[in-house]
Amino acid sequence: MGRKTSQGTQYLDMAINWFKYSSPASFYFLAGKMIPLFSVAAVLFCVVGLYIGFFVAPTDFQQGEAYRIIFIHVPAAWMSMFLYVVMAVWAGIGLAFNTRLSSMVATAIAPTGAMFTFLALWTGALWGKPMWGTWWVWDARLTSELILLFLYIGFMSLQAAIDDPRRADKAGAMIALVGVVNAPIIYFSVKWWNTLHQGATVSLTQSPKMATTMLTGMLIMSIACWMYAIAVILIRTRAIILERERHTSWVGELQGAKS
Amino acid sequence: MPTLQGIDLTCIRGDRKLFSGIHFSLDAGGLMQVGGPNGSGKTSLLRMLCGLAIPAHGEIRWGGSEIRSLGGAYYADMTYLGHLSGVKDDLTALENLRISSALAGTEVDASKAHDALQLMGLGGRDLLPAKVLSQGQRRRVNLARLLVCNTVLWILDEPLTALDAAAVKLMQGVMERHLEKGGMIVMTTHQEIEIAAAATQRLQLA
Amino acid sequence: MFFRITQRDLLLAMRRRSDVLTTLFFFVIVVSLFPLGVGPEMSMLRTMAPGVVWVAALLASMLSLGRMFSSDHVDGTLEQMLLSPQSLSLLVLGKALAHWLVTGVPLVLMAPVLGIQYDLSADSLLVLTASLLLGTPVLSLIGAIGAALTLGLRGGGVLVSLLVLPLYIPILIFGAGAVEASAAGLGAAAHLSLLGAFLLAAVVLAPWTTAVSLRISME
Repeated sequence: MGRKTSQGTQYLDMAINWFKYSSPASFYFLAGKMIPLFSVAAVLFCVVGLYIGFFVAPTDFQQGEAYRIIFIHVPAAWMSMFLYVVMAVWAGIGLAFNTRLSSMVATAIAPTGAMFTFLALWTGALWGKPMWGTWWVWDARLTSELILLFLYIGFMSLQAAIDDPRRADKAGAMIALVGVVNAPIIYFSVKWWNTLHQGATVSLTQSPKMATTMLTGMLIMSIACWMYAIAVILIRTRAIILERERHTSWVGELQGAKS
Repeated sequence: MPTLQGIDLTCIRGDRKLFSGIHFSLDAGGLMQVGGPNGSGKTSLLRMLCGLAIPAHGEIRWGGSEIRSLGGAYYADMTYLGHLSGVKDDLTALENLRISSALAGTEVDASKAHDALQLMGLGGRDLLPAKVLSQGQRRRVNLARLLVCNTVLWILDEPLTALDAAAVKLMQGVMERHLEKGGMIVMTTHQEIEIAAAATQRLQLA
Repeated sequence: MFFRITQRDLLLAMRRRSDVLTTLFFFVIVVSLFPLGVGPEMSMLRTMAPGVVWVAALLASMLSLGRMFSSDHVDGTLEQMLLSPQSLSLLVLGKALAHWLVTGVPLVLMAPVLGIQYDLSADSLLVLTASLLLGTPVLSLIGAIGAALTLGLRGGGVLVSLLVLPLYIPILIFGAGAVEASAAGLGAAAHLSLLGAFLLAAVVLAPWTTAVSLRISME
């Protein structure tokens, strides 16, 4: 989690101080240099994290080996929520300051965020089967995660339906901001609903005593997820930049150099 | 009387630059006719002047202030008639006129609205639902707003389409009177029309 | 001006009464379909009733969202609203009020009758009506944001449901929850006051958000 905030400020610095990189063209080249770094880091952290998760962390005496899915499930769930907020922040900056690059980044984040949400739901179901004997429980967290997936889908469908990229950016920003304001309300209403109905109350993350190695494994996996997310988002942002700037001279030169 | 100024305006639609480097200044009693072939950005320019579209570059000032910062104060001085008539099929001509004027900030009583419609040649038809009116008659309902409004700046997009010769002449008179009183008009038109004005300028978009 | 726009929308709705009735009949039909799907067992229907009525109300209110701005958009009236010296947020509030009067209020009035089909007690019927009375205006207000953002898009009707339905969830939970709580003897006051709070928040925030969205969509 600490990683997330430091990454957040780093991004912010980029938008405010490094004006040079807020132009899509310079960002394109900077991102090109950064992608290999983040990709390598993602693979390394992932290998270490999975090793700890599968071989070092002790077997849980209650849940046996099945619990090991948390090394993917929990980081994915965290990522899905963080990325929605990060997406809304970038989209909001794009709307308020009319910076095209931040809107492009927001658009690039959405599919990755949706992917993590889906992954969290999928692994949650896989974990649920041995734990509760059923693939799906209307647990507050799982339900909220499902609604989060709907929010991502809404954002992406709205942007996909609008042809004009400027309108798509702004309209997407509005729905992302409305979503981020409503998310806590939705979460708490789902929680209330859940307690009212006395449904399954097995908490997914708060095992009474979590071994330090489990926590370490989970944190390392989270870092791996961040690295992966950043690399993929940068790749996607580069693709969006190329598409939107295809008529500018610098993209033309790039094409000329390639062929 | 405030001045309408356009400073270095650029319009980009999709990937195409429609126009750039447009400068103009319109004073009291001035008429600006915007010309150019289809797709040259006439309507886009007019929508910019209304604040409906934001210029990709440059700014528009009313009395020295940027129009977006003025907000409602600018809209109280301006009337825009676009391509779309804004006339509701299910309402009568009279209701249409009164409601659209109220929306623009001027409450018009029934008798005044009736007189305006009468002048536009819609006497006796003002209580018919707009759906039974012809294209030209609907246009007249829309133009009747100019008779009852008390704004300074009129921005008119092809105001004379679908009008017959008599109505064109009528509108010519209405616009001339507005200019005499110190009003301003920005309009696009394909038809050749002579409107007497203190200062006429032509803006040709390529 | 606020009432002027409400009055105009009501006048238009009265000239096209069939649209209003369509929404209402949709609501009635959806609610009546459930017993056919799950069987006529009264105890089960009684527990399902609040949820069924509320989900049907969400769908019915959403169905008519497209009309809120699209006809004004097509004939150019919306352009004129954006150019009005009046505050656009206030105009939007007026339109949302008209939308609620035309689509929400008939649902509220019809709900007790449908509740009887599900054998709800008199207390539950009262709470159901109260929850709908507080909740349906919120649906119109939140729905206005979705309608504004999808203005003029292909497939706007389906898209608006994707955008708006997840945002309706708290209203659904507390609206249906109010009836269940009262049936369980817990009292519905907490749920109803939360719905009231949602309504206040929506009245303050949604018109402004809708106004910004309209300007984005019209640019």
